[in-house]
Amino acid sequence: MSSLMYEKMRANPKFQQLVKTRGRYAWTLSIVVLGLFYGFVLMVAFQPAVLGRAVGEGSMLTVGVAAELFLFILFWVLSALYVRRANTEFDELTEEIVKQASREIK
Amino acid sequence: MMRRLTPYVSVLGFALYGAMAYAGPPVDGALEKQATNWHAIVMFCLFVAMTMGITYWASSRTKSAADFYTAGGGITGFQNGMAIAGDYMSAATLLGLTAMVYGQGFDGYLYMLSFFAGWPVILFLMAERLRNLGRFTFSDITAFRLDQGKVRTMAALSSLVVVCFYLIAQMVGAGQLIKLLFGLDYTIAIFGVGILMMVYVTFGGMAATTWVQIIKAGMLLTGGTLTMLLAFSQFGFSFHELMERATNVHKLGLKLMTPGGLLADPVNAISLGLGLMFGTAGLPHILMRFFTVNNAKEARKSVLYASGIVAYFFNVILLMGLCAILIVGQSPDFFEGGTVGGKLVGGGNMVAMHLAKAVGGNMLLGFMAAVAFATILAVVSGLALAGASAISHDLYARVIKKGKASDSSEIRVSKIATIALGFVAIFLGILFEKQNVAFMVGLAFGVAAAANFPVLILSMYWKGLTTRGALFAGYGGLVSAVLFVVLSKAVWVDVFGFKAAIFPYSQPALFAMPVAFLLAFIFSKSDSSVRARSEIEAFEDQYVRSQTGFGSASAASH
Repeated sequence: MSSLMYEKMRANPKFQQLVKTRGRYAWTLSIVVLGLFYGFVLMVAFQPAVLGRAVGEGSMLTVGVAAELFLFILFWVLSALYVRRANTEFDELTEEIVKQASREIK
Repeated sequence: MMRRLTPYVSVLGFALYGAMAYAGPPVDGALEKQATNWHAIVMFCLFVAMTMGITYWASSRTKSAADFYTAGGGITGFQNGMAIAGDYMSAATLLGLTAMVYGQGFDGYLYMLSFFAGWPVILFLMAERLRNLGRFTFSDITAFRLDQGKVRTMAALSSLVVVCFYLIAQMVGAGQLIKLLFGLDYTIAIFGVGILMMVYVTFGGMAATTWVQIIKAGMLLTGGTLTMLLAFSQFGFSFHELMERATNVHKLGLKLMTPGGLLADPVNAISLGLGLMFGTAGLPHILMRFFTVNNAKEARKSVLYASGIVAYFFNVILLMGLCAILIVGQSPDFFEGGTVGGKLVGGGNMVAMHLAKAVGGNMLLGFMAAVAFATILAVVSGLALAGASAISHDLYARVIKKGKASDSSEIRVSKIATIALGFVAIFLGILFEKQNVAFMVGLAFGVAAAANFPVLILSMYWKGLTTRGALFAGYGGLVSAVLFVVLSKAVWVDVFGFKAAIFPYSQPALFAMPVAFLLAFIFSKSDSSVRARSEIEAFEDQYVRSQTGFGSASAASH
């Protein structure tokens, strides 16, 4: 029974569309996060002096600290963007796919 | 480069388990028992009374196995987010990381970023599939289309290994900390933690454990934020003024906010990053939390809330640590013999506690001490529940009874397992009292990253994974992670007393993870059995379910 459902869903072009769009979105965001994080780690390892500079004349804020605060915020904002899109657009599409498959079986 | 002295080896244990290794004294046994702290004890008793009330309430609602393991799937995204944050932020986060910022400024902040960066990746690549495929434990996912008996046994074993190592670290840390904060005897403290944990988990199951986490996370956020605001107000809430004065008095001077020795070596840096990131994604008690919500939507929301809370709190800790440089670091009251710059009363871990006392008196100190105790209790309960479900759900119900165990017998076994784990934890806690156990956390994360994570992620993403490949990857990752840690400085030199470490890095992840992935690949690809073919074919259905959630546990039971 459910095996038949899965077959129907897989055959639905909307399923391919869901998998492709959501996959691309999730991987793009992951690569951004991983790239920035490990990029930052490498900066720490190879260019620590750059991160120790003040962001401006007379400022007590260093480039490194500012960058980290930025990464904290950015990573969370990217998470929020993903959740918003996944919980609306992608979930609606999923629901349609499931409904269509169960209609076809009946 | 004097800051290269930063102990790479204990870097993981440092923040996770409470900087016992960093601060030294607790493990050397040089730690003085403090005067009994009544404010703290009264507040802690209030916490226990409240959580006991909840446990009583939860026990009346915990009837089926699903109630016991996942609170019936009825936790909301926000509640679960709080609970995940509660699970993730141990007492060590509060104490160890504040101390790290206080001592090393930038490096402490960098460490916190590494702790945080795994969450978005877990959200993007794992949260949804975990929820759609799993039911009670993460072995449900790895064994989904593979051999139930063998793969589950393997996953349950590595879960138990992770849980045990983590429990030892937590129990020993707990005993030391309680001795220090409450003035209680070490053995009494260990028994107290063990028994309370058994009560929460056996009577209240996941519902009680979750609420203990939620309350504790709320207390931690309140106490931390209050301390930070009171401290920061002394500088007129001006970061500029705070930094100007802090760099004036700190021994690092203007270098305070420049990278120090923590990640100076790129290999160690990347290995540490991988270990923290993928270790988190392989911790059984964290993974289990994904099954307490109703669907993928709520699972995603929980990660979003959890990571928001964690990110917020890490920034609070940054400010606490920086304020403490002036408020604690310049006050003779907090140094032994009154010599500023000497040894902190109670050891390096106590920065956050001293800060609370300095800005909020004994009341705030008592509250923060109670928070620290509650935190340990909550983390230990989560671990015990994860360990117990590996025994009852995976080993007993699925492997021994082959899925034919009744709900009530499965619950009974998990309660017995919880009590057994409680006594094991008490026993190990006492056994390891005088040992340096910082490497245990490194080991727990290493095994989680190298044994649990590769098999889990491959089972969800790689069609070609077969039982044979999964078994080699799981056991291979387990053995190599343990081996790398044993041969590293933390064990080879610090525990066994050899002169030089054979494995030069502190974190096994960068080396042990590829071993697991490689083994999975080789032994899956070369597997031409009939069973392997049907397992590969079964991926198709699993794939559709992981993407759509159709047929997932909650959809079936509601």
